[in-house]
Amino acid sequence: MHLTKEQEKMLDGEQGSITAKMMRLLVRLGDVYKAERMIPVASVQVAGVSYKSIGDAGLDFLEDIANEARVKTITFLNPAGMDLENWQEMGIEEDFSKKQIAIIKAFRKMGIIISATCTPYLAGNLPHYRQHIAWSESSAVSFANSVIGARTNREGGPSALAAAITGFTPYYGLHLDENRQPDYVINVKTELKWNSDFAALGYYVGKIVKNKVPFFTGIKKADTDQLKAMGAAMAASGAVALYHVDGITPESDKVEITNLEKVEFGKDELKETYEKLNTGEEPDIVIFGCPHASINEIVKIANFVKGKKIKRKFWIVTSRATKEFIKKTDIEKIIEEAGGKIYADTCMVVSPIEKLFRTTGVNSAKAAHYLPGFCKQKVVFNNMEALLS
Amino acid sequence: MKGRTIYPGKAKGVALVSYEPIGFYGGVDMKSGIVIEKGHELEGKSVKGKILVFPYGKGSTVGSYVIYGLKKNGVAPLAIINKETETIVATGVILAGITCVDGIAIEKIENGNIVEINAKEKEAEVIIE
Repeated sequence: MHLTKEQEKMLDGEQGSITAKMMRLLVRLGDVYKAERMIPVASVQVAGVSYKSIGDAGLDFLEDIANEARVKTITFLNPAGMDLENWQEMGIEEDFSKKQIAIIKAFRKMGIIISATCTPYLAGNLPHYRQHIAWSESSAVSFANSVIGARTNREGGPSALAAAITGFTPYYGLHLDENRQPDYVINVKTELKWNSDFAALGYYVGKIVKNKVPFFTGIKKADTDQLKAMGAAMAASGAVALYHVDGITPESDKVEITNLEKVEFGKDELKETYEKLNTGEEPDIVIFGCPHASINEIVKIANFVKGKKIKRKFWIVTSRATKEFIKKTDIEKIIEEAGGKIYADTCMVVSPIEKLFRTTGVNSAKAAHYLPGFCKQKVVFNNMEALLS
Repeated sequence: MKGRTIYPGKAKGVALVSYEPIGFYGGVDMKSGIVIEKGHELEGKSVKGKILVFPYGKGSTVGSYVIYGLKKNGVAPLAIINKETETIVATGVILAGITCVDGIAIEKIENGNIVEINAKEKEAEVIIE
C-alpha cells in the first residue's frame, strides 16, 4: 500500500508506540483487503464499550491506549452497559459499575466524546453524502451508508480506534463506488405500518442476503425511524452494511438493478417473521430503543400512554443528548406517570438485564435477535401499542 | 515453508497445534493462557511460550483484546502460525506485538515439533526441525 510521508512517520513511531501499532494495524488490514492507500476520515464511532461485552481484556487494553494516545478526529462512542448517571436505579451492581466507569474514563482520556449511543447521527455526529467515515456500530454503519450516503466499512472496535488515533482508514470496500452496487432486488408486496413491520422485513432480508447489498422496491414511504429499525435488523440477522430503497435513499437512482436475484416479501413472510422472533409469553418488562429511540419515537410513546397506567413495566433507552431535550418537555413526566422510565447511555442488549428479567418485550428485531444469546431472555416481539396494551 | 508476515519477529519453540479454529474470547483464559473452550482439541493445554499453530480465528471480535491480555499477563504464545489470519487474530497480534505468520500449510506441522520462524517485514520463513 502507498503511504504518505506523514503516515510513514506514524508507522515508524514518531508519534509514539501506540500510534505506530495502530498504523501498523491499518496497513495490515489494508494489505489484506487490497487497499492502495489510506484516506482521511471525517469522523469515527467506536463500539466495544460495555464492560459486559469487552470485559477485563478490553478495559486493560483501553487503559494502555489512553496512557499514550489521543484521537485526531471527532470520535463518538457506542452505548455503555448502564445509564452512567442512574445506574443504581436500573439495578446495576456496584462491581460492574466500577469497571464500566473505568472504561468510560479511558475513552474520555483519549479525547472521545462520551456520546454513548448507537445513533450518533441523531446526537450531533452527522456526516454528509459521500463523506468518508470509520464507524463500527453495525446499525449506525447501515444508516450512514444507506440513508445518508456516507461511506464506511463495518469497523471492529480496535480498527475504529486506530482510525481515530491516526485519522486514517484504508481505502477499500464500501469506500469505493463500485462496491456499492446492489446484489438483490427485494420486492415488498405488503403494507408496512409499524416500525416493527420494517424491523421484521429487515430481519427476513438480512437472513437471505447475508453481507450483500439489497435494493428494495415497493416501499412507498418510510420515515428515518423505520429505516433505522430495518437497517439495524438487517445488520443483525445478516451483515448488511448498505441497502437502497427505491425513491427514498440517495443512491437508489444511481445504481444498476437489472439481472439481479429477486426476493419477494409479502403478508405471509411478515407473519412468519413475527412468529419466529417470538419466543416468550408474558414479558417482565418492555424495552424500546434498539437502536436508541429518537425524539419522535419517544413522543409517539408518550402520546399513547398519556393518562394511562400501563400494566407492564416499561423502559425507553436513548442517547444522553435526546434525553436532555426530553427533560425540557413534559414527556418524561407523562411516561413516568404511566409507569415507564427513560434511561440514557445504554440499551437492553449491552446492559446486564439477565440479572433482572427473564422475558423482554421489544418492537426491535435487532434486540429480538440478540436478547436470547447475550441476555438469556425470552422475547415477545410486537408493535409499540400492542406491547403497551 | 514460505508465508506472509502479519507481525514481524524471530522465534523458535515447541509447536502446539490445533486443526480446528480458535476463538480467543471465552476460549482461552487470559490470566493463565489455558484453553478453556469445552470440547476443543486443545482444552486444558496452555498456549504460554508455544508456537501456536491453528487455521484461523473464530468468534467474537473481543478475541483481539484477549490476545493482547495474554501478552500483558506473560502467558502469550511465543508466535502464531495460521493457514489464514483473519482480522480478529491480526488485530490481536499487531496490538500485542506477537510474531505471526500466515499462508502456511499447517497440516505439515505436528504437536511437539521444534519450529523456527523468521518473519521479516513482508515475507516469512517457517522451518520444521
